[in-house]
Amino acid sequence: MNYTLKIWRQKNAADSGSFVSYKVENIDGETSFLEMMDVLNQQLVTRGEEPVAYDHDCREGVCGMCSMYINGRAHGPNELTTTCQLYMRHFKNGSTIIIEPWRAKPFPVIKDLMVDRSAFDRIQQAGAYISMNAGSAPDANNIMISKEAADAAFEAAECIGCGACVAACKNSSASLFVSAKLAQFALLPQGQVERYQRTLNMVQAMDAEGFGSCSNTSACEAECPKGISVKHIAMMNRDYLKATMCSEKVMS
Amino acid sequence: MKLDAKIPEGPLAEKWTNYRSYTHLVNPANRRKVDIIIIGTGLAGASAAATLGEAGYNVKVFCFQDSPRRAHSIAAQGGINASKNYQNDSDSNYRLFYDTVKGGDYRGREANTYRLAQISGAIIDQCVAQGVPFAREYGGTLANRSFGGAQVSRTFYASGATGQQLLLGCYSELNRQIRKGNVKSYTRHEMLDIVVIDGKARGVIIRDLVSGEISRHSAHAIVLATGGYGNVFYLSTNAMASNATAAWRAYKKGAFFANPCYTQIHPTCIPVSGEYQSKLTLMSESLRNDGRIWVPKNKEDVKKDPRQIPEEDRDYYLERRYPAFGNLVPRDVASRAAKERCDAGYGVGPTGFAVYLDFKDAIIRLGEDLIRDRYGNLFEMYERITGDNPYNYPMRIYPASHYTMGGLWVDYELGTTIPGLYALGEANFSDHGANRLGASSLMQCLADGYFVLPATISNYLSEEFRHPAIPIDNPAFDQAEKEVKERIEKLMAIKGSQSVDELHKKLGRIVWNYIGLSRNEEKLTKALQLIDELKKEFWTDVKIPGSSKGMNIELEKAQRVADFLELAALMAKDALNRKESCGAHFREESQTEDGEAKRDDEHFRYVAAWEYAGEDKEPILNKEPLEFENIELKTRNYK
Repeated sequence: MNYTLKIWRQKNAADSGSFVSYKVENIDGETSFLEMMDVLNQQLVTRGEEPVAYDHDCREGVCGMCSMYINGRAHGPNELTTTCQLYMRHFKNGSTIIIEPWRAKPFPVIKDLMVDRSAFDRIQQAGAYISMNAGSAPDANNIMISKEAADAAFEAAECIGCGACVAACKNSSASLFVSAKLAQFALLPQGQVERYQRTLNMVQAMDAEGFGSCSNTSACEAECPKGISVKHIAMMNRDYLKATMCSEKVMS
Repeated sequence: MKLDAKIPEGPLAEKWTNYRSYTHLVNPANRRKVDIIIIGTGLAGASAAATLGEAGYNVKVFCFQDSPRRAHSIAAQGGINASKNYQNDSDSNYRLFYDTVKGGDYRGREANTYRLAQISGAIIDQCVAQGVPFAREYGGTLANRSFGGAQVSRTFYASGATGQQLLLGCYSELNRQIRKGNVKSYTRHEMLDIVVIDGKARGVIIRDLVSGEISRHSAHAIVLATGGYGNVFYLSTNAMASNATAAWRAYKKGAFFANPCYTQIHPTCIPVSGEYQSKLTLMSESLRNDGRIWVPKNKEDVKKDPRQIPEEDRDYYLERRYPAFGNLVPRDVASRAAKERCDAGYGVGPTGFAVYLDFKDAIIRLGEDLIRDRYGNLFEMYERITGDNPYNYPMRIYPASHYTMGGLWVDYELGTTIPGLYALGEANFSDHGANRLGASSLMQCLADGYFVLPATISNYLSEEFRHPAIPIDNPAFDQAEKEVKERIEKLMAIKGSQSVDELHKKLGRIVWNYIGLSRNEEKLTKALQLIDELKKEFWTDVKIPGSSKGMNIELEKAQRVADFLELAALMAKDALNRKESCGAHFREESQTEDGEAKRDDEHFRYVAAWEYAGEDKEPILNKEPLEFENIELKTRNYK
């Protein structure tokens, strides 16, 4: 199959950037989207041009590095799929594919399709943990957790931190990401001690990074490759409200 | 050089306790004066950085990814072993130790492996307390499953995303230490050399992958937790950028490299589908708990719809050959058996290089819901990649490069042969012998990072803390930086005609065909010749567009592939030297009548630790004899 690619090229953060068209030919349907990009980059390198920069690493949908906005959708047209697990059989022969980086102010472009998502790290540094030094844990089965709670926490914890939720949101809100991180801990007994302080700290960090507010369109959930639910946002908002109205020490 | 593994005195079960009771410590007030650099933020690196941060040392941690949480430990699926005996199936530290040593075909070090088993339970405690959402039974206790090479259920798991959950656990603690100021994190930074001053590791040279700037960092101790070298095969289950550069630079600065020929080919990966393939995806070994592996009995059936092939025409070859362990034989055994069937013409799928992993019986026995509960996300991943639905069509799998047991030689304290340089996790060689059992790598990484290194490094630092902060204007730093820059400029100046990927693919084909699942003297000798030719081709014909200033992805890859080329040659040399079969290292000249690996304990019961002797010089082989005082050496038998 043959495709025309319109790809965002931007030398560095200071450059203004623009779309550049390329053609790729004889692409097999079993080629992954990133392997198709490899084919393009091979062509560019052969011609002595700089390849398109994009983030990717594990190519099995879990590291969260890949981050392309494809035909106006984060990670492309398929549901519950990261760019690295998207296959060319889902694109019509002869079609034009538009590829952009995540677009959000707190995710500045580094180069081409690569953006800086270190804001996510900083938000997590603000409180996405249970304060627990190595060596002081009780026996694992001393903490009994219902299967339902463990499963629910796991569902939240499956977030890969790719940032598709932010890219998909018209407000560039990070609410889905932050709430998933909060929910994992809030749903487990181990997370209760610091629950409300954690919520306060992380929500404040999220705001400080310049992410927008949530206006409940659920675009984030629709585009999340891991299917993280917006119900976590409701939980975050409830916890935040409680935390701001009461002393967190009493709450815990 | 005589290798001193520094194994503590005393009975096996007391060695670690004794060590900890008598080791030298650094007073908490003095820890603030000690700088430690950690390279890599997978399970081993992140847990070590977090724990050393907790202890109060000044830690700098570097990763080439855009966030510490992206390291490839995140992709581990199946689980983590621990000898908790929660299932009351007679598990014990000794049994976990025994299974691991046996699974490694008696080529691991007893004392290290026993310590691993002893620590395994505390790892689970630590992870649960951190909020890792392990799978649970309805009563609220932790769930377990079985893995290859064991007859007990000791594997803890979080669906098919155990590595992700454990890494996020380490990362959360790392974040807490970053917030406290105990750890400073550098992302998109790659280590390109080690600086050795007066025989001790004192610093590193780092390239900022965004700006292209080269910087110097000094410390009282350096820790490499940089993973394995599975990408020497080009196609592997490793992440695209996983590389051996840090370990290889350390080797060239004097750290011995042990057992490079022990490379694990994992039996259950999604098969190659074409030339454009960039990586292979693992399907967790846990699937072998409930899936049955088979090929058609008749060659004419290999292209048939497998669902139409009746039971009597299916060859469940693992159950046939290994009735005691069946589909749960260790990885090396399962991989060779799959290759044997495919080479004999019974392979299925478009290429003929695949076998079936079938859940039909499990779904009848347990119901689709329970299977979905156990493996749902793995099944979804398989369907996303192949377009086939494993609930009603058997998976197709084939072996692929997955893990490397070889790595930097370390002693009991995880110290390499360069004082002050430590190696953790997959980057070292110590605990898995010639074949790693499933669910043991996560255990080893976390044991090393949370518990072993924090205890052993103080023994070294108890003297080193007196040394003031190491200045970075030392001539050794000048020299190392100069070498790094010259190498980069040399690569940029080649301006040849082949991309790095093209050359890497060529290397991968050589390694797979000549140093892969099955080796012999002729193939290995040929491999050495081909690698040498390819190395020359690389250094005269690689093409790297752009400049060394700023981001240059091709340059990053070129440096890694240049090191893989050298490492591949050492792999072949090690495989040539080891004229026995053991674990994942299968020499065709050394097999039993029914095609099983045949060890030669008399001549090869040692760790082969290779010492760099200089450019274009033959590396020197140093041997660490392996003593087995607590386990009787036997022929592995899974029948």
